[in-house]
Amino acid sequence: MTVGSFFAMGGYARYVWPCFALAISILLWNVWSARRYHAQALKRVRRALAMAGSNGS
Amino acid sequence: MWTWFYRLASPPSVYRVAGVFAPWLLLSAAVFIVYGIIDGLAFAPPDYQQGDAFRIIYVHAPAGWLSMFAYTLMAIAGAVGLIWRIKMGHAVAAAVAPVGASFTVLGLVTGSLWGRPMWGTYWAWDPRLTSELILLFLYVGVISLRAAFEDPNRGDRAAALLAIVGVVNVPIIHYSVQWWNSLHQGATVAKFAKPSMPGSMLWPLLAMFMGYMLFFFGVLCMRVCAEILNRERQASWVREVVRA
Repeated sequence: MTVGSFFAMGGYARYVWPCFALAISILLWNVWSARRYHAQALKRVRRALAMAGSNGS
Repeated sequence: MWTWFYRLASPPSVYRVAGVFAPWLLLSAAVFIVYGIIDGLAFAPPDYQQGDAFRIIYVHAPAGWLSMFAYTLMAIAGAVGLIWRIKMGHAVAAAVAPVGASFTVLGLVTGSLWGRPMWGTYWAWDPRLTSELILLFLYVGVISLRAAFEDPNRGDRAAALLAIVGVVNVPIIHYSVQWWNSLHQGATVAKFAKPSMPGSMLWPLLAMFMGYMLFFFGVLCMRVCAEILNRERQASWVREVVRA
């Protein structure tokens, strides 16, 4: 198997490679969006905490 | 007898356990997925009918399977929240929805890209394809229904109800290739017989199934933690955790 034939995927390159690229993108999107969601939730708790603190407790 | 269950399902313990598990699940998922992709793309032999196009199965079939598994889990978690009024049920259901929807999209798009060279079309109103598309609409419906209510508790209940009603679609997707004449090929692995693949093709596929599952639970743990923070914002334990 040569590098060229590997990338050619027996003539199916334009179907196979986008599928794998999309799969990896969706996996990465899941990690990214879960982290972002978690960071937003933390920020919200911190804001609530700061508000409670400034109310003189 | 149920006290241990209620204690285990309490937000602080779920938060702690999910936080510990998430990185390990994601790390082991990465190992399986990297192996599966390399072995599936470079070392598995080409199919005698489909040539190298068959390699799409490695990212497609586990995505389709996970889309159904996640939906079922979401319906069960919603039912737990609805029937026993366990708040964590709704938190888990809310955390599953976007992840499940993303794998449904992956299954549909990779299937479409596989259909073009094999069936000569990107899309057909075929039983398997149509029922999987309905699954995507159900996910979108559940997500938007939860967001549509001012009162989060009512949103949770409405979303759980829709998720439970929609679960009838899951067996329809699974058996559609047997019940009706479908373009889609039958099951390769998930059946009560020997898988219709030699080991050299099968191992990367099983690794991808395993990797996707571990990945799903890893991301789910992260999202459940975030859901809990959002939902328990006022609880004193949350404030302790955040302050620490």
